[in-house]
Amino acid sequence: MNEEIKTLTISIYTENNIGLLNRISAIFQRRHINIESLTTSQSEIEGVNRFVIVVNITESQAKKIIGQFEKQVEVIRAYYHKDEETIYTESCMFKIKSALLFEEPQIQNIIKESNSRIVTVNKEFFVLEKSGRRNEIESLRRDLNVFGIMQFVRAGRISVTKEEMKITEALLAFNNQ
Amino acid sequence: MDTQTANKKQEVAQETMRITGSEAIIRCLLAEGVDILYGYPGGAIMPVYDELFKFQKEIHHVLARHEQGAVHAAQGFARISGRVGVAIATSGPGATNLITGIADAQIDSTPLVCITGQVFSHLLGTDAFQETDIIGISTPVTKWNHQITKASEIPEVLAKAFFIAKSGRPGPVLIDISKDAQVSELDFKYEKCKGVRSFIPVPKTNLEAVKSAAQLINSAKKPLIVWGQGIILGKAEAELKAVLEKAGIPAAWTILGASAVPTSHPLNVGMVGMHGNYAPNKLTNVCDVLIAIGMRFDDRVTGNLNSYAKQAKIIHFDIDPSEIDKNVKTDVAVIGDSKDSLAKLLPLLNENKHDSWLQEFKDLYAIEFEKVIKDDIYPTKDGLTMGEVLKQINIETKGNAAIVSDVGQHQMIACRYAEFTTSKSNITSGGLGTMGFALPAAIGAKMAAPDREVVAIIGDGGFQMNIQELGTVFQQKVPVKIVVLNNEFLGMVRQWQQLFFDRRYASTEMTNPNFVAIAKGYYIEGKRITKREELADAVKEMIASKESYFLEVCVEKEDNVFPMIPSGASVSDVRLC
Repeated sequence: MNEEIKTLTISIYTENNIGLLNRISAIFQRRHINIESLTTSQSEIEGVNRFVIVVNITESQAKKIIGQFEKQVEVIRAYYHKDEETIYTESCMFKIKSALLFEEPQIQNIIKESNSRIVTVNKEFFVLEKSGRRNEIESLRRDLNVFGIMQFVRAGRISVTKEEMKITEALLAFNNQ
Repeated sequence: MDTQTANKKQEVAQETMRITGSEAIIRCLLAEGVDILYGYPGGAIMPVYDELFKFQKEIHHVLARHEQGAVHAAQGFARISGRVGVAIATSGPGATNLITGIADAQIDSTPLVCITGQVFSHLLGTDAFQETDIIGISTPVTKWNHQITKASEIPEVLAKAFFIAKSGRPGPVLIDISKDAQVSELDFKYEKCKGVRSFIPVPKTNLEAVKSAAQLINSAKKPLIVWGQGIILGKAEAELKAVLEKAGIPAAWTILGASAVPTSHPLNVGMVGMHGNYAPNKLTNVCDVLIAIGMRFDDRVTGNLNSYAKQAKIIHFDIDPSEIDKNVKTDVAVIGDSKDSLAKLLPLLNENKHDSWLQEFKDLYAIEFEKVIKDDIYPTKDGLTMGEVLKQINIETKGNAAIVSDVGQHQMIACRYAEFTTSKSNITSGGLGTMGFALPAAIGAKMAAPDREVVAIIGDGGFQMNIQELGTVFQQKVPVKIVVLNNEFLGMVRQWQQLFFDRRYASTEMTNPNFVAIAKGYYIEGKRITKREELADAVKEMIASKESYFLEVCVEKEDNVFPMIPSGASVSDVRLC
């Protein structure tokens, strides 16, 4: 009976309406499921939003929760995917004292080797941006932490699926009912 | 409203008029055929009440004594009529007082439109007087909700509200309207909502699934139907009856499914669940095909899921895809409208009889009768039983009454023993178990169906949770019959304390007031009886009364409701004592 807990990416296509985030997060909260990350943005279709939510749950929990999302009036379609079924990435930013760039030559190597990018530099600080997998970001954070990080922020996972989503077809089906 | 006036109103509603938001709200309600609504005024909703004053010939506003009373009345109205119930309240406490009823309507799939006033939109988020985030609060317990801050949004949003509330699996919708949207003007034109993108209320029945279901049913030796409220909401009573008669299948019901098939039907084998009948509970774990129709395998129905109907193939008919495999893994799922699905199933079924299988139900019924039912409805002990009161009501109403029960022991007794001839006759708070539901729900039910006898069956605990609605009964002159079965205990909790907490009766004994004096204080005729020999005449007098009537029956204090599936036990471990 004890099913394996997996990292699953939930994608929800919705109308772009106030309060929908609340309705969606309440479905997780009611079932005592912790949200690892949540991103919402415009999708490939004008006026349709896409939520990308990462949770650690079992697949049977995921199936039931997808049913709850699709039941919501303003949800168009919901899916869950395993990591291998998606292309995904995360991004993050570091704010670091500019002086360190010159005092600690090692930092320049770290920047180069981590494939991160300097967004801006001024007298006081510079900002580093990095996209990639969580372990790469974590490794970079550990490396930079030695020298001191003024600010660190990481955005939620964004992902696209390998399979086709067929949201346009779904919208047509709504119109034809 | 006759058709001519209705048509005229429709025409009027088609032209564009420059009117205020609050007048637009009333015109939307009229266009949706609303002629009665339940509510309570207050600051943020006063412009709408001002319009209600002007439109009082077209639309009857029922002033409840508490917003919870208003929303339960709207629920009673919806449950007996199948129409959308409408409740209206002011912002802040008015709105939050609706929440229990909205949650109740959500879990029991009752179509409601609740309209709440909100502070001026420029005050939103400022902790203004009587401001509360009712959209945030109501989100988890509504099918849909929306806040209107511009008058021009009113017609479209209200049209959508009514459409969503009643479409597919019904449910409650809350529309919060800021005061500035009520007082400013708009060019009003009303068009009914015909569909919402992203919302498929009624999935089309898959014929292949119906064929698979028919195959399983045709080859079953011991099929059992368990139907729920989906039959009533889908108006599929005739189709269900045809299916079970053609295939000769014993059929049991959940609490909310009660009355969809008459009690006296030879294939009606009673109620399933925690206090359901012995036979259908026991035989759930014997049947070879379990056909669940418009029910959601609630934990009070299934008991322990790990030992629920494991031997049976499961067929699940439901309009809501999220119910499939939610609690019980199905072998065949038929997603769609119950009326349509059953109509498609009927021609595929072989005519059949399952006499020896049906006999198993009769044999177990005989055991239940000997050990439980006989003492409940033909008691020989001194104290009155709740069951004999129900039996007497059955006799006087010939099973034609709508029974509105509250929550607790009396509710289980009412559902077990009330005899029904007509669908939509068992109105009770099933999923949420809301004490205080019955009195206001009975008011709404009686107003929606004035030709029907409506009897509220309430415990002494639940009666005091919305006792203030006696004021509504009196002011509106609602000829509802109110029976309080008084055991001076919160009986169901006391029963659990007796069985599972070593008789430690923590805070369940009630010292009650003079209920008859309270009823009489509201000018409602009332009587209190304590002896068996008074019962028949008292019930007769109550039913014969043309006006509202209050009957208090003092019953045995420590009677228990059996059969019982203890919490967490299997349906086959149903206890008779």
